[in-house]
Amino acid sequence: MGSQIFSAILVIIVGVGGCVAYFWGANKLLDLAFPSRGVAGRAAIDNLRRQGIVRPWLFVGPALLILTVYLIYPVVDTLRLSFMDRAGQNFVGLANYQWAVGDREFRTSILNNFLWLAVVPAACTFLGLIIAVLTDKIWWGNIAKSLVFMPLAISFVGASVIWKFIYEYRAEGQTQIGILNAFIQYLGGTPQVWISIPFWNNFFLMVILIWIQTGFAMVILSSALRGIPEETIEAAVIDGANPFQIFWRIMVPQIWGTIAVVWTTITILVLKVFDIVLTMTNGQWNSQVLANLMFDWMFRGGGDFGRGAAIAVVIMLAVVPIMIWNIRQATRESGEGH
Amino acid sequence: MAHVVLTDLVKTYGTFKAVNNVSLRVEDGEFVALVGPSGCGKTTTLNLVAGLVPLTSGDITIGDRIVNDIDPKDRDIAMVFQNYALYPQKSVYKNLAFPLQMRKLPRDEIDLKVKEAARVLDMTHLLERKPRELSGGQQQRVALGRALVRDPAVFLMDEPLSNLDAKLRVQMRSEIKRFHQDLKATIIYVTHDQLEAVTMADKMAVMNGGFLQQYDSPATVFANPVNMFVASFIGSPAMSLVPLEVSTNNGDTALSGTEGWSMALSPLNARKVQNSTSKKVVLGARHSTIKLHKHVIAGGIPAKVYTVEPTGDVTFVQALLSGATVNISVPPTVSVAPDETVWLEFDQQRIHLFDGETEMALSAA
Repeated sequence: MGSQIFSAILVIIVGVGGCVAYFWGANKLLDLAFPSRGVAGRAAIDNLRRQGIVRPWLFVGPALLILTVYLIYPVVDTLRLSFMDRAGQNFVGLANYQWAVGDREFRTSILNNFLWLAVVPAACTFLGLIIAVLTDKIWWGNIAKSLVFMPLAISFVGASVIWKFIYEYRAEGQTQIGILNAFIQYLGGTPQVWISIPFWNNFFLMVILIWIQTGFAMVILSSALRGIPEETIEAAVIDGANPFQIFWRIMVPQIWGTIAVVWTTITILVLKVFDIVLTMTNGQWNSQVLANLMFDWMFRGGGDFGRGAAIAVVIMLAVVPIMIWNIRQATRESGEGH
Repeated sequence: MAHVVLTDLVKTYGTFKAVNNVSLRVEDGEFVALVGPSGCGKTTTLNLVAGLVPLTSGDITIGDRIVNDIDPKDRDIAMVFQNYALYPQKSVYKNLAFPLQMRKLPRDEIDLKVKEAARVLDMTHLLERKPRELSGGQQQRVALGRALVRDPAVFLMDEPLSNLDAKLRVQMRSEIKRFHQDLKATIIYVTHDQLEAVTMADKMAVMNGGFLQQYDSPATVFANPVNMFVASFIGSPAMSLVPLEVSTNNGDTALSGTEGWSMALSPLNARKVQNSTSKKVVLGARHSTIKLHKHVIAGGIPAKVYTVEPTGDVTFVQALLSGATVNISVPPTVSVAPDETVWLEFDQQRIHLFDGETEMALSAA
């Protein structure tokens, strides 16, 4: 334990120190290569200009290199693998994709992913917005917000474990330790194995992600609401709008851009949803999703790199357009700010 | 249109009294400016009339109704805000239509009113634009339009020109004045710029520290300020205020400065000074009422020139007198240099005298 902490601290010091040393050293070297002081006017200006051209590349260089190795190369290689057989050695054309289209589990996953897409981003954004508005003007608003925000600090796996206990099932007659079943038993109902009820179990899993992500939506939207000029609301009051109309017709349109960013950010997250399904059901009882299916084929029983890669490519193709739109929207948002 | 009566308005925030027993009457069709430095309570007063902040005590009457507990939307008022407060996502047309939609007017009537307002304010060509595509002056005109379509009993304007650049401000000033003349509208207008108040308003209410200091026509406020605050706030450059001591000169009441000179007073002014409760009297004089002489004259008071500011039309000379700075305007042909001694002649008909302790104007009665 002690040595682990020690090595962790050492890594941090070496890592951060190394970065600082690189940027400082690289800048120093640049100054040496193209001196701007102690040389005649004309040459100094030329050297300053050359420094200006080289410096951004020196500073961005390491990041570009890491991005290439860890992001671009894997994307390209995944694409390549998706056209290869299970060992990744022989070219098989579109066979993996053909298999996917015909595969029952793949189709269930696609369907489930659509279900997640339809429910989770909408629920998170809506709940986040409502909580942000309701907590804005009350004294305990910040306490409430902290509580709603807290799940965001829990890992998906951790959150899933918590909810596993909430959905926990014990045979009828035994003491229920899951709060949901305990509650239902208290009301005189029959305990259920919630996560094994096909179709509906999808929603029980979605609740976990909504629980986690509502805090995110709330924080972003809350700050957007604060940015609405008070005078537009006063003007609407005088113009005769009631609180409901002020909210929907004056406030929401003004933060529409932020709502879109929150919505799409969560959408991207949902497309990649994996941990929750893995922890809760591992895709059983018709709750499979694409990311978990990919993991199954790639590393688990499947061991088929071709099919795993093909599923990965499908996920990527779904995420990219939303990602582009999201980034554009976010840039426009920040561009419009003062 | 309607008259507005404020009776003993009080607004407190905790122990702080933002508005302190303000009473005034705005006649039907009158343009009244609430003017004063920041934090004087003028905007709070306007917000009280609008109903945006709750009243602590007092009465607000609009027309023949007491509106203390009536919602802003039912007070029959329209407000123009400092930052225009246009709805940024709505087109100009929809901005103008919004208050009418909220009143559930039929669509064709809304259309008629919006187009009429746009025509009056000469912005028909802007109707489809979004606020961010408009210049400051155009945005301000849309804000006026949104108030206009409502056809309210009273227009409330909260520093509507302070976000515009100087040139546009002068132009919009005359547009708002014209707007008032054409519509015979009752307008309550808040500004910190005394020049706006003087040029536009029928009456001005000068406020300071939550109290109403003086409420009268700009000409009266300018000619007869009731106290030193009003005297120094209205007029540009500000009225010079020189603290002096009451003295006697051959048995006549006179005023003397720290430099040892003494100033003879007209019988009326002498009577005013005799009414003063304290031995300290403050002499007030506007720059244009003081004559500057380069040579000794009888009754002239010597002063040392501090700075000279030529502005083209007229040159302002600041001179030091009895520990205060006196502003004098002279024709640009007069040449004076800093540190030169000059002789000042005060017009006994046009000087103002204030009690040095209460700061109130002295009266002869």
